[in-house]
Amino acid sequence: MIQFLQYLGKSTRTSFTKLGRGTYFLLQIISGILSVLPRPRLLLNQMYSVGVLSFLIITISGLFVGMVLGLQGYYTLSDFGAEESLGVMVAASLVRELGPVVTALLFAGRAGSALTAEIGLMKATEQLSGMEMMAVDPIKRIISPRFLAGFLSMPLLAALFSAVGIIGGQMVGSGLLGVDEGAYWSQMQNNLDFQDDIINGVIKSIVFGFVASWIALFEGYDAIPTSEGVSRATTRTVVNSAFSILGLDFILTTLMFGDD
Amino acid sequence: MDNSVSSQNSLVSVRNLSFSRGDKKIFDGISLDIERGKITAIMGPSGTGKTTLLKLIGGQLYPEQGSITVDGQNVHQLRRTDLYNLRKRMGMLFQSGALLTDMSVYDNVAFPLREHTHLPESMIRTLVLMKLQAVGLRGARNLMPNELSGGMARRIALARAIALDPMMILYDEPFTGQDPISMGVLVHLIKAFNNILGLTSIIVSHDVHDTSAIADYIYVLSGGKIAGQGTPKEIQQSESEWVQQFMTGAADGPVHFHYPAKDYVDDLLSSGKRY
Repeated sequence: MIQFLQYLGKSTRTSFTKLGRGTYFLLQIISGILSVLPRPRLLLNQMYSVGVLSFLIITISGLFVGMVLGLQGYYTLSDFGAEESLGVMVAASLVRELGPVVTALLFAGRAGSALTAEIGLMKATEQLSGMEMMAVDPIKRIISPRFLAGFLSMPLLAALFSAVGIIGGQMVGSGLLGVDEGAYWSQMQNNLDFQDDIINGVIKSIVFGFVASWIALFEGYDAIPTSEGVSRATTRTVVNSAFSILGLDFILTTLMFGDD
Repeated sequence: MDNSVSSQNSLVSVRNLSFSRGDKKIFDGISLDIERGKITAIMGPSGTGKTTLLKLIGGQLYPEQGSITVDGQNVHQLRRTDLYNLRKRMGMLFQSGALLTDMSVYDNVAFPLREHTHLPESMIRTLVLMKLQAVGLRGARNLMPNELSGGMARRIALARAIALDPMMILYDEPFTGQDPISMGVLVHLIKAFNNILGLTSIIVSHDVHDTSAIADYIYVLSGGKIAGQGTPKEIQQSESEWVQQFMTGAADGPVHFHYPAKDYVDDLLSSGKRY
């Protein structure tokens, strides 16, 4: 019993210490962002490796998710003779939920794990330490540009995911199953609200971008500088990002769509 | 040695320094001086905290007790900007080279210049080529770090360390894992840079032979204390058994060959229960 309590106390303390270190790290990143602005090249390079290189996985996943939504939606809606509303259903699911959430999960797996491994290995090979000894702050030079890139890329990727998904739904719905194309688009236009649906979806993806980039960079920076340490940190990035994204999604959805 | 003379002309003075990692005491109140313009070697077996000492001098770690002064400034009381300004005047050669792996050799050497100066690119090019010429690797400027041998990586890192013309270079185990030719090149470069550029050099190493060949003064560390100090000649003739064992590499002596264990015969005859 005593051992259990000791274990509990120790692990609670470890988690809180880590949370503290993470928060301090976040403050350092944010204060480093100002020094990124005069050097847009640093940001552009990172936008390329974090954002542009995730383009393919996001597009293909978006297309398939949209196609499946089209199929499933059609089967359900046609029972009620409401297959004309397929467009609204596909678009609302994507813009409100699946776009931001699935993009964030894919981002954590594709870009987040890469960021953690990169930073962790830079630490293990003394590159970060070497930079400090050259009087270059690694937070400003390495971490902040990557954070900003992740944070800015996420809403763009989520928008892309939703757009491709809507086209995928239309391909299946109108192309294969014979839903009227005009109804697909016009129902969508009439029933989707810019403020309620689109803006809220964008806010979600901004929040997820912030959290996923923070977790990925912190895990890398905090990794034990050995091959095993880096591999564990990479795993933690994916697991912790997924938990945080799904948890936050629930909270945000409650806040945004709660009083409807 | 005359402490008062050396502390007047010393670039780095360490006073009463203590540092621990977990329960292990790495330094227990050591004091030492690094003289300007000289090559000072800090030697000792692996795990005596030689690299830790360099990190303490560079202000990357904080001591529990004691102070480190570099060029009249107490490293651990400086504000961040002042510490960074001081670091611009120190070069450090890491054991691994610590080259930035996403940049070419040229960009690695140009890195400190681009970060800290506003020189035009044409002048940076001239400076980078001069530094690379000094280490004999001007022809390797377009290679990436993963295409370099260990010795070449260390020479490039050395070129980068002198890019901002520092007053002092800290070498962390520069000779470890080098073939005889690379070793000879590094020994030559360290000596030449120290004399020609008027640098102060601190070499942390356990390579007795090559280090004592170029060092002006040697400190031997053991168990958190200074076990011996003096010119290479004085160290060779040291009366301390410990220093003698370290310098000659004898397998047994004050540092025992065997890790502490219970009696051998008892151990062999015991029941085989795991401890």
